[in-house]
Amino acid sequence: MKYIDEFRQHDVAQKLAQVIAQAVKPERHYRLMEFCGGHTHAIFRYGVQDLMPSNVEFIHGPGCPVCVLPTGRIDNAIQLVEQHDVILCTYADLMRVPGGGRQSLLKAKAADGDIRMVYSTQDALKIARDNPDRQVVFFAIGFETTTPPTAVAIKQAQSEGLGNFSVFCNHVLTPAAMRAILDAPEPVSIDGFLGPSHVSSVIGSKPYETFSEQYAKPIVIAGFEPLDVMQSALMLIRQLNDGRHEVENEYSRAVTRDGNVKAQALMAEVFELRPQFEWRGLGLIPNSALKLQAGFAYFDAEQRFEMPAIKANDVKGCECPAILRGAKKPQDCKLLGTVCTPENPMGSCMVSSEGACAAYWSYGRLRQG
Amino acid sequence: MSERYATPLNLKSGHVDLSHGSGGRAMAQLIDELFIKHFDNDLLRQHNDQALFNVPAGRLAISTDGHVISPLFFPGGDIGSLAVHGTLNDVAMSGAKPLYLAAGFILEEGLPLADLERIVISMAAAAKAAGTPIVTGDTKVVERGKGDGVFITTTGVGVVPEGVNISGDQARPGHAILVSGSIGDHGVAIMASRENLQFQTSIVSDSAALHGLVADLVATAPSALRCLRDPTRGGLATALNELAKQSCVGMVIDEAKILVKAEVKAACEILGLDPLYVANEGKLVCICDADAAEELLAAMRRHPLGRDAAIIGQVIEDPHGFVQMTTAFGGRRIVDWPVGEQLPRIC
Repeated sequence: MKYIDEFRQHDVAQKLAQVIAQAVKPERHYRLMEFCGGHTHAIFRYGVQDLMPSNVEFIHGPGCPVCVLPTGRIDNAIQLVEQHDVILCTYADLMRVPGGGRQSLLKAKAADGDIRMVYSTQDALKIARDNPDRQVVFFAIGFETTTPPTAVAIKQAQSEGLGNFSVFCNHVLTPAAMRAILDAPEPVSIDGFLGPSHVSSVIGSKPYETFSEQYAKPIVIAGFEPLDVMQSALMLIRQLNDGRHEVENEYSRAVTRDGNVKAQALMAEVFELRPQFEWRGLGLIPNSALKLQAGFAYFDAEQRFEMPAIKANDVKGCECPAILRGAKKPQDCKLLGTVCTPENPMGSCMVSSEGACAAYWSYGRLRQG
Repeated sequence: MSERYATPLNLKSGHVDLSHGSGGRAMAQLIDELFIKHFDNDLLRQHNDQALFNVPAGRLAISTDGHVISPLFFPGGDIGSLAVHGTLNDVAMSGAKPLYLAAGFILEEGLPLADLERIVISMAAAAKAAGTPIVTGDTKVVERGKGDGVFITTTGVGVVPEGVNISGDQARPGHAILVSGSIGDHGVAIMASRENLQFQTSIVSDSAALHGLVADLVATAPSALRCLRDPTRGGLATALNELAKQSCVGMVIDEAKILVKAEVKAACEILGLDPLYVANEGKLVCICDADAAEELLAAMRRHPLGRDAAIIGQVIEDPHGFVQMTTAFGGRRIVDWPVGEQLPRIC
């Protein structure tokens, strides 16, 4: 596969591993947070850790939209189906996420809820067109990567006068999460960040510049392929060795400093900031999420239906919150592999394949065995 | 035969209706003019509720498999040929030579008779090519909306040659693991033909009857064969985990040795799937004594369905029962049981 295989090459990985081994200072430890679940997945799926020196540690970050969604929002979605009889359209990885009452969309579907898995917002629009007598709600979730397609769908619905379509908006913003981690009352020790890849193709690398300056942390925008991860780790190691803290861009084949200006304009046109939003693991973060602008409020499911705020109700003993902050590792959780498995997830980090617990459990647990 | 009925079945524009499952004349006509006509063989022609035949000495193998695939027709096959191959392969994975098949049809009211005929013709051709006649069957019709066109359950019976003892619990540390060819073709072909996932690909399902290949392996090194499994639903990863669990062993496989066609890889990349978990319908996993591995590999490669066979790893001792993989990238990972359903109704 062109543009994919190049970034998974064995020989290049071996050479890069040698360069990294030579670059690290044996006397120090490098704690690098890979921000996105995509990075975490790549690290475990390809066994990247096996190619890194033992003093380079990857701290798994919160960049997995499914993982940071508070349970109350899942319960809201289930209520939409059960109490308002809507057709709920969702991306598949949300299906198994347990809500506060251990109910999930998958279980609600089995109990006769009309929940449809879609691959894009366009599928959801089609379902709305095909079912003019039903209310169709799109469960919008994701960072800045999936936000522009939601904006497009909302504009399309408006121009078509698709009155039975609305969006349950859960879009969140990456820079706010990064700030929350760095501003935490007991901040986790992180030497540098492998910055978001797809998100940055939309927002550009510029928004991270304030972090590297303000918090004196190096950030390298890193692609999701395993060689991207290794190369970015090397760039971070070099910055740390040099005492630099800059924003560097390893993923230059997709990311520019300014990003996708058109997508940004679209987002700005359709969405506005929420004063605050709850993140699983990170708590309430100001200005960290989006809602529909007043001009598009008609398509806002939270306006169209009665949707009371539901308090998050995490399972006792679940370490997802600490894992999402980078304070703990999946193997530190007592529930891991005992009551919490991918088949029966207790916490959100076990649900999405990009979640740290699922990646560790499915790919990495041989290192503990 | 058909002159007993006032008008022949309307195979051009007719539909299955509830009378076709009633036990009355309409059902008799459907059976005569469609099933018996195409499956034609001496046992079926006796019109009994069962088929009677002599059995050879030795162990018999029996297996049954329900087929609910959607769509009914896909590149490289249809539910009819798949229903034959799927069950034949399950019988053959014991080392058995399949002898006979039985078929149960659940038809949905409204199914075009032309579609049913196409399926039956395909099924008959697959059974004929495999040398395993369909000797008894059953037909039921359910109301519209209670089925999805047609579901087919097939049962196969076969005889295991003497000296062959193949079972999922026979893998031991040191044994070699072979796969008969590229993986993921069937699953990707099905995905590509689903309405909501339209993308262009030239990948066709690998649906095929594997008993000929198995016979060649049995002829080559009967006592060295330990486990055979066709990695259908859940793909290669699931088959290996099943065998590791049954045999209480671990496995180490080498990603670089596992063939995945470029188009399958690309489709999986787009859909976020791992080809190790994508279904196959014409491949087998073979676990055998290490010293017979090369010989069995050569035998596989001589067979048209095993041309791309490879030795992909070995069985190890591991109390955890992990299937682990050296990645092509150069690291290690577990190849775990699949979670949930990557794609429903794949077979």
